[in-house]
Amino acid sequence: MSTTAPTAFERRIVRRGLGVLAMAVRTMPVPFAIAVAGSTLYATATVGSAVALGWVTDTVIEPAYRDGDIATATLGLAAAVIVGIAVANALGIVVRRTAAYWMQYGLHAHFRRRVAERLTRLPLSWHRRRSTGELLSAANADVEATFWPVAPLPLTVGVLVMLVLAGGVLIATDLWLALVGLLLIPALIAVNLSYNAAVRRPATRAQQGRAEVAEVAHESFDGALVVKTLGREDEETARFEASSQRLRDDLIAVGRVRAVFEPVMEALPSLAILAILLVGAGRVAAGAVSTGDIVRIGYLFVLLEFPLRALGFILMELPRSVVGWERVERVLRARPDAPQGLAEPPSPEGPAAVDLAEVSFGYDDEGASALEAITASVTPGRTIAVVGATGSGKSTLASLLVGLAAPSDGQVALDGHDLRGLAPTAITAQAAIVFQHSFLFDASVRENITLGASFSEEQVRAAAALARADDFVAALPEGYDTVVGERGATLSGGQRQRVALARALVRRPRLLVLDDATSSVDPSVEREILEGLREAALPSTVVIVAYRRATIELADEVVVLDEGRLADRGTHAELLARLPAYAELVTAYERAR
Amino acid sequence: MSAPDATDLGIRRGPAGAWATLVRGLQLSPELREGLGLTLALAVVATAGKVAVPVAVQQTIDGGVVGVDDPRLGVVTVAVALTALALVATSFAGYAMTYRLARASETALSAVRVRAFRRIHDLSILHQAAEHRGALVARVTSDIDQISRFIQWGGVILIVRGGQALLALAAMALYSWQLTLVVLLIVGPMVPLIAWFQGVLSRAFDTVRERHAAMMTAVSESVVGAATVRAYGIEDRTEARIAERIEEEFRAQFRAGRLASTMFSSAEVVAGVATAAVVVVGVWLGLAGGLAPPGEPWVGRLTAFLFLVTLFVGPLRIATEVLEQAQTAISGWRRVLGVLDTEPEVADPVVGTAIPEGPVGVRFDGVRFRYPTGGDVLADVDLEIGAQRRVAVVGETGSGKTTFAKLLTRLMDPTEGTVRLSGVPLPEVAFADLRRRVVMVPQDGFLFDGSIAENVRYGRPGTSDERVRLAFLELGLADWLDTLPEAEHTRVGERGESLSVGERQLVALARAYVADPDLLVLDEATSAVDPATEVRIQRALDSVTRGRTAIAIAHRLSTAEAADEVLVFDDGRIVERGTHADLVARGGVYAALHASWMAGTQAHT
Repeated sequence: MSTTAPTAFERRIVRRGLGVLAMAVRTMPVPFAIAVAGSTLYATATVGSAVALGWVTDTVIEPAYRDGDIATATLGLAAAVIVGIAVANALGIVVRRTAAYWMQYGLHAHFRRRVAERLTRLPLSWHRRRSTGELLSAANADVEATFWPVAPLPLTVGVLVMLVLAGGVLIATDLWLALVGLLLIPALIAVNLSYNAAVRRPATRAQQGRAEVAEVAHESFDGALVVKTLGREDEETARFEASSQRLRDDLIAVGRVRAVFEPVMEALPSLAILAILLVGAGRVAAGAVSTGDIVRIGYLFVLLEFPLRALGFILMELPRSVVGWERVERVLRARPDAPQGLAEPPSPEGPAAVDLAEVSFGYDDEGASALEAITASVTPGRTIAVVGATGSGKSTLASLLVGLAAPSDGQVALDGHDLRGLAPTAITAQAAIVFQHSFLFDASVRENITLGASFSEEQVRAAAALARADDFVAALPEGYDTVVGERGATLSGGQRQRVALARALVRRPRLLVLDDATSSVDPSVEREILEGLREAALPSTVVIVAYRRATIELADEVVVLDEGRLADRGTHAELLARLPAYAELVTAYERAR
Repeated sequence: MSAPDATDLGIRRGPAGAWATLVRGLQLSPELREGLGLTLALAVVATAGKVAVPVAVQQTIDGGVVGVDDPRLGVVTVAVALTALALVATSFAGYAMTYRLARASETALSAVRVRAFRRIHDLSILHQAAEHRGALVARVTSDIDQISRFIQWGGVILIVRGGQALLALAAMALYSWQLTLVVLLIVGPMVPLIAWFQGVLSRAFDTVRERHAAMMTAVSESVVGAATVRAYGIEDRTEARIAERIEEEFRAQFRAGRLASTMFSSAEVVAGVATAAVVVVGVWLGLAGGLAPPGEPWVGRLTAFLFLVTLFVGPLRIATEVLEQAQTAISGWRRVLGVLDTEPEVADPVVGTAIPEGPVGVRFDGVRFRYPTGGDVLADVDLEIGAQRRVAVVGETGSGKTTFAKLLTRLMDPTEGTVRLSGVPLPEVAFADLRRRVVMVPQDGFLFDGSIAENVRYGRPGTSDERVRLAFLELGLADWLDTLPEAEHTRVGERGESLSVGERQLVALARAYVADPDLLVLDEATSAVDPATEVRIQRALDSVTRGRTAIAIAHRLSTAEAADEVLVFDDGRIVERGTHADLVARGGVYAALHASWMAGTQAHT
């Protein structure tokens, strides 16, 4: 197999990979130092055991054979030395491995915390541009891939120590024998390097292949219902098989490279021992070395074989490490598009005032904007319904109102303060939004309502009652203490929506935004909720995104959106009379009858 | 806490124990069995060269160096040359073995991957329990990657070193059975000790896996719940929760790591003790004449034996290193085998009966459905829906509507009773025929990453762009399509996320429409579409599906108002059946639902 010269890309990978390792050492210097100390002990003991065996041959075995007798004390000393060195060796291994685990797992924890910190702090707009899988993988597989080479790193340092010591032993023994040994080491390194160069390309391709297989599986399983209802299992399987077979071929190519190099690396130390025997016998004949010297050096090569392979482990894992780190870094380096506001003005009493001035909003660079130049004011305490066709920008408007997105142009003001200037906590203290798909945490119903803030039992129950959640919560096995499972999986869609509503209501927000928040609730229950809200006389300005006419009619005023523009606003009756598009939208069902 | 455990949902756990996993795994992968004997034989040969080296050492020392005044270099040269030849030969065997193993294992694993993928598609768990999808993806990705990684690295090492240990043992026995016995007596107890430790370690790593799953659940909340976290300003709390789980995982990992380190080092001490014992007993034996025939030197024999002990114990040392990897690989393999050993609840008949051509009629006889855990979801359903009828199914959340649709389309089989299409019992209809004739549009309008046209074509491969446009036109959606930047060529993004939920439903509808089924089942297929568009679609569907049977699960009762007939579900039973007008007049469950709906959609007076 011909080894291809490393490309600029491959050289960059090695450079970047070593940079990642240096960063890992800087992050956790203490366990690294301990691991290196353990590794050094291990290296010394390993070379020591070869020296000891040579010594035993010269002072115990050969004299015993020559003289036909040996002192028990000498024999005992030999045994003690061998066992003692083995214990030191074992101790070195325990220290090195324990500290290496500490370092590796510690790095996982450290960078997972940092990724999680970014994931919780970066704005929603950043999240929306990325897939869930990509972000979760940053905290999971990518962090692990980054620090794979960290585990064998201390061993590698130990191996270097071992090589220096072994070189010393060789030179001290005999220059001719040393020459043989010193030829072996560069040969092993050269084989190792060309092995790496040869395996890198198929290994990188295999890594991409794995990602592709995962992508196809993810998408196909997510669309399982569509695949099944349209009977497209065969086509999906063929699509998956194609990517699986590409991966298989790349992995076999990796295997082939291994098959070429592994036996060579296995054979080299043995060949060196044979060379030592040949040269050594001549040197014994010349009276320059003893039998023990040959045994010592031969044994040294037997012991060195496996550790020397460790040098290759790190190089082999570098590409994966670099790719992982680049993904992790993308999250760590991400910064909000706009700086966060800091102002925390005192909040006035009573419902909030909301003003929109020339507000535009566009998702990414996709030309068409979701909202265009919306100007509107909401009088404190009023209930406003936002109405529009599918895709007219209602949800976008809702998230702008509570500062979850920032307008690309114009400004949204709460009580006269531009939201962009306000500290996030200053907004969340005033405003609450309930989404169509509200997220429930894997915690109790109570915790899902309080979200860790201190509300009294009474307040929680009152909010739940207002959201018409009290009845079904009472029927749960442990009432408010029932854990709802991952993403609230044990509750129905309508139940989740009601818990989410209670979560907003318990905060008695001065601005309450309901974004189609009761769509999964049965119509009769929804009506109870909405009437309850009206009767409860909340201290809130309420903005409701809705389709149902009854919901719309509860509003003091209606804002109509049409393809991102404010088409009109007024009372329901006024709009019905003067805006045909509005009438068409809200009376669609009646007219269909 | 809630680590994804697919076993709750009917996926089998797979064989118990490492050995059973290996046996079942080989049973299910003929590609792996083929030529395995030769590969293993090559593995033994591959290590022969290494074991020959100590023999060369012995020959050199005993025959060429020790006890002779003038070292006989000829003997040494012959011994060295022969061993070198053996080394070269065994290197070729090593190449053949490694390559054969890689080829066989990757071919087998790729086949297993594809079969597991297909099997998962055939199981109901995918659409029943969306929250377990991630775990199922792992079955065909990381679980198999782990097996592959293990076979290519640890597996090769285990096989080669295993062969090396066997050959070294044989050579040791040839030199001295007494010394071999001594070594076996010292190393022997290590085997049960390692097995015991292995159990402890595997439990420690189980804890690590559990903590890892809990940690990822916490992290996923910060991603999936990103909007909620920000809207309620609970960033600190969320971060603290995650940090806690990260810390818990770290503690479990570190504990397992410490255990593993201790285990790895124990082999080292045993090797040292064995070496020391061989020196002491060997010298004593040599002096007593037990190592070599009288008059022959035994220094080389003893030295060779010491080399062989290292070759024999070394694999033990390395085995402990790769066992951890083996553990992960075997549990991954077990999970994959569990999938392959799970029979689909709904099976494709071997010989299918075709549904007679033409409009499809539906008949339910004594149908009941219940999940293994829990009571009836649907009971006592007896009904006949004539061909070309348009039926609306209504009822509150949890009344059994969706289960009814799933039984109708054979996404599930009833626990009792029979569903027939045009007189043919569903289990007798080949899937290919069934899916061509019956199409369901689910509420979640899932789209694949691609253009709108490509997604519509998914319903009927080979549909031209013109036909795609025509479909939207016929459904009354041409003007919506034209508002998009590139009309039908607009890309929908991953999972269709560039479109709104309602827009995705429109594309899904067009996709089902071009499939041209004889029975169309709509499961709240327009729930996220605005009323005006919904009514428009409704009218369009009415005209384009004329002549076919259509069953619509309705979220909004406007659908029911227009249907030929309404089925009302309540608590798993059909409680009312009739035309909209009849049912309103009857003043029962439907009348109440309808009144509430009217109140929601009409002007308050």
